[in-house]
Amino acid sequence: MSEGMVLEGNAWRYGRDIDTDVIIPARYLTATTPEELGPHCLEDLDPEFANKVQPGDIIVAEENFGSGSSREHAPLAIKGCGVSCVIASSFARIFYRNSINVGLPILECPQAVKDVETGHRLRVDLEAGTVENLTTGNKFQAQPFPDFMREIISRGGLVEYVRERLRESKAGGA
Amino acid sequence: MGQTLTEKILAAHAGREEVHPGELLNVKVDLALANDVTAPLAIEAFRSMGAERVFHPGKVVLVPDHFTPARDIAAARNCALLREFAREQGLEFYYEVGRVGIEHVLLPEQGLVLPGDLVVGADSHTCTYGALGAFSTGVGSTDLAMAMALGEVWLRVPESMLFEYVGELPRWIGGKDLILHTIGRIGVDGARYRAMEFTGPVVDALSMDSRFTMANMAVEAGAKNGIFRADEKTRAWLEGRARRSFQFLESDPDARYAEKITVDVSKLEPQVALPHLPSNVRPVSEVGTVEVDQVVIGSCTNGRLEDMEIAASVLRGRKVHPRVRAMVFPGSQAVLLEMVRRGWMEVFLEAGAAVSTPTCGPCLGGHMGVLAEGERAVATTNRNFVGRMGHPGSEVYLSGPAVAAASAVAGRIVHPEEVAG
Ligand code: SF4
Repeated sequence: MSEGMVLEGNAWRYGRDIDTDVIIPARYLTATTPEELGPHCLEDLDPEFANKVQPGDIIVAEENFGSGSSREHAPLAIKGCGVSCVIASSFARIFYRNSINVGLPILECPQAVKDVETGHRLRVDLEAGTVENLTTGNKFQAQPFPDFMREIISRGGLVEYVRERLRESKAGGA
Repeated sequence: MGQTLTEKILAAHAGREEVHPGELLNVKVDLALANDVTAPLAIEAFRSMGAERVFHPGKVVLVPDHFTPARDIAAARNCALLREFAREQGLEFYYEVGRVGIEHVLLPEQGLVLPGDLVVGADSHTCTYGALGAFSTGVGSTDLAMAMALGEVWLRVPESMLFEYVGELPRWIGGKDLILHTIGRIGVDGARYRAMEFTGPVVDALSMDSRFTMANMAVEAGAKNGIFRADEKTRAWLEGRARRSFQFLESDPDARYAEKITVDVSKLEPQVALPHLPSNVRPVSEVGTVEVDQVVIGSCTNGRLEDMEIAASVLRGRKVHPRVRAMVFPGSQAVLLEMVRRGWMEVFLEAGAAVSTPTCGPCLGGHMGVLAEGERAVATTNRNFVGRMGHPGSEVYLSGPAVAAASAVAGRIVHPEEVAG
């Protein structure tokens, strides 16, 4: 995830406990790319979603978003349908890690979630961690990322982080 | 300040004396696991990391169990990818159809997970191994790729919650009922980011199979891991299986818990989770009249010997209701073989149930028993989310093997004593 990015898009508002089985149903799990997975994103919850979502739109949900399976296909499907960011009151543990690892921006911001309805226009500043609801005019501060997540993000994701570590150990071992 | 069992295992794998909730650790892993759904992404990430060899060929395990025997060409391609990677890396533990089991039944059975171990798996039910007194947790494919490459992962030390089970365990009540009841009480995020530690005289008396069932569903309360203290039952169970030496650890008496919850089991009825959340739990007598089209007995939650024994005892000499499709999915080849040896296979077949080779199959609506729109199943699996077993307009009720088997006979969800006295 690149920091310093400002995202703007329309909100798609959902409830609590949105699990990874509805984010991307298991019947599609033999696919592995965002392009293949994206068109099926949330189809069991909201069959219209994947057709209507516009690039840059933002998913907003209540507590425990991404619960259930560890499938990394879930954040990949969300990326694949063009969503730029997920804002939730809270995230399930594995989904949180997976999103950081695959570069899907996520923000924990319960106050903003309360303020947002589907169709509201949102502006998100990832670096400042702010969510601005352009429709209501309200602005909110999200929870900051823990330091170690920042480190992974600043190195360009987990893949880059490990790549550097492997390079260092090869150099050291030679 | 005392340490919990979870904290002690994390400290030992981080090379530290003690650790505290909230701290970030780089820990060494004893085992890294992936399956035919998550390994393809993990292998791709592994290659993108520039990794060439796994950190240890005996500590990376691949289990093709979800869509196997390959349900279609895409699944076959994914399995081929695992097979090639296993061969290329010289993995010591890779299991083909015919020897495979559902990963969380198979790994403990094969003696690959031991008390005091730290295990990560690209599957959320990796938390099952807490039954053995190990710390184990689910991660995503990219995290798993890091574990395969470096033998390490980042983990945040969770706060622990203590669950103490007391009282007299009534007939027909097993591990599944205890964990369903617990999740019903605290909710699907009641233990989010936390460790669930299970203790008390009731769990001390519980079989290993029932402990696996309970640890398996810790993630359904949002927990990072579920854990039991290893004891003499654990030792006996590991006899002849353990491939390495192991260590028994336990929580200090003054260990710190975020919360302590006591559950008196004496009046507990068999528990059922109604659609569409594992926390939507009621005693079976309060479920009402719920007719079912399909009954699924098996999975990584209840696909072990004890579960098969209970189901067989209910189905012996009885018939599956004409309207119902009953399907039995043993968790491993070894469980299946025992079913044959002990004559339970005959019981299931005579009752009119279908018995499958070990696979995740219907548990995740993958294959071999997918539900149509409007159909309803009672299953001994762990998730009843919308569309979990097939069409988004189908329904899954979760229960233990006794309720599931009895419901297969009655054609509706019933208390086992209604069928089997
Ligand atoms: S049996 Fe079900 S819950 Fe268990 S590993 Fe397989 S798909 Fe996952």
